[in-house]
Amino acid sequence: MLFLAIEPISVPEAFLLSLVGFAVVFIALMALIAVIKCINALAGGVKKETLAPAGVPAAVSAPAVPASGGTGSAKVPAPGSLGDIDLYTVDDQTAAMLMAIVADDLKAPLNTLRFTSIKEVK
Amino acid sequence: MEIGKIIENLWVDSGFNNLFTHWENAVMIVIACVLLYLAIVRGFEPLLLLGIAFGMLLANLPLSGMMHMELFTGKSLSEISFSEILHEGGILDVLYLGVKLNIYPCLIFMGIGAMTDFGPMLARPSSMILGAAAQLGVYCAFILAIVFGFLPNVAASIGIIGGADGPTAIFLTSKLAPTYLGPIAIAAYSYMALIPLIQPPIMKAMTTQKERETVMTQAKPVTKTTKIIFPIAVTIFCVLLLPDVAPLIGCFMLGNLFRESGVVERLSDTTQNALINIVTIFLSVTVGATSVGYIAGTGENLGQNVGFLSTSTLLIILLGLLAFSFSTVGGVLFGKIMYAVTGGKVNPLIGSAGVSAVPMAARVSQNVGAKYNPSNYLLMHAMGPNVAGVIGSAVAAGFLLSVGRVLGWT
Repeated sequence: MLFLAIEPISVPEAFLLSLVGFAVVFIALMALIAVIKCINALAGGVKKETLAPAGVPAAVSAPAVPASGGTGSAKVPAPGSLGDIDLYTVDDQTAAMLMAIVADDLKAPLNTLRFTSIKEVK
Repeated sequence: MEIGKIIENLWVDSGFNNLFTHWENAVMIVIACVLLYLAIVRGFEPLLLLGIAFGMLLANLPLSGMMHMELFTGKSLSEISFSEILHEGGILDVLYLGVKLNIYPCLIFMGIGAMTDFGPMLARPSSMILGAAAQLGVYCAFILAIVFGFLPNVAASIGIIGGADGPTAIFLTSKLAPTYLGPIAIAAYSYMALIPLIQPPIMKAMTTQKERETVMTQAKPVTKTTKIIFPIAVTIFCVLLLPDVAPLIGCFMLGNLFRESGVVERLSDTTQNALINIVTIFLSVTVGATSVGYIAGTGENLGQNVGFLSTSTLLIILLGLLAFSFSTVGGVLFGKIMYAVTGGKVNPLIGSAGVSAVPMAARVSQNVGAKYNPSNYLLMHAMGPNVAGVIGSAVAAGFLLSVGRVLGWT
């Protein structure tokens, strides 16, 4: 057999190896955090947009304006929203579907896109 | 013409006559059918489990001649006779070379890289800590395997199941303990499929209602330049740190660069669709085919069964479950630490996504979080630790390979 020459190791040795191994994973990923921060600093990694705290992805909450065009003055944007979207002759469901299709087509997460208006071209 | 003799020969040469020569093969056929049921009817990771189960079925049907595990069992790469395999092997023997030579895991990683968006992780780099913490199960299972009397090379291969990363488990096992590739791969993929059942009870037990309801701030968008530089930087850093992991990390990041560079749309499309699908078929069927119920032992094991059905397989299945559980514990535990350190800005539930089953573990975080706060969307936040877990498990595998080389396990 192939592995007859392999020496067994004791439990304390296994524990020590595990400790070192876990530390190596941590150190490697911590170093990668530093690498990412360097890249961000050099390449302007994170876009300087001020976003409100929220759990809801922006694009999902974006179609806050009804298709009828009704604009209540007391309208409060949904948490995490990047603002309103203008819908012209397009209802909410169609708008949501179009945004999902665009995100899929661009292969970009929906919450990284910003839609300003959707209008049916006749 | 002796019709009687012809019919008798037909019976003697048929698989039915040989079905119970080794009862272990018959049991494996039943297990294969159960796995097929789980894949088709219950939808447990069908993309992989279907192929694995069918490969298992083919390899255990007597006289099918598609897979000859005796050509590989107990042999290192240098001891395998490639000429013999090409001349006398079946189709699965030939395809299995892709596993033995570690071609499939690397190509799968390339496909995963092409499908991975590092955006959430780059936007919140601290989430990488959770990807590291969720490797706890790898080392806990390694220690437990040693306690159960496994040799260190096998223990390391069992431990990597805790990384929840099929290709990495296959990559490491085929180098350290190829004899155990079947049970380890099956344990890894089966538990990945069962993540929605394994993780939630642990997540609930370890967190308070308040922690589970934590709403996280939306991650900021990341520039395209950062996304392009990242795979290049990671490749340079990780390969310099752990050269053994170069095939996995290199292919993973190449796939990601195809995606992010934006200049090779066709290659990106092929990698994340056609290539990964083709390799998945080869990988799943051949890994399943390694699970042969009875393989006659040679040398020291003469007269013994060195096939799938053994006590060690059952132990591997048990230790795999513990590895997954400990990994979840590690991720959630560090999630709680981050929750405390940030003053309640990080939901500890995203810690469980640090196991690298992408994107299933992230979906579990989302589902559990939404259960306690329906307006909470944790998916994108959980994707950070999730993809960091892929890197973390690759680093863990690289470490174990490196140790194995030093201590003579390979």
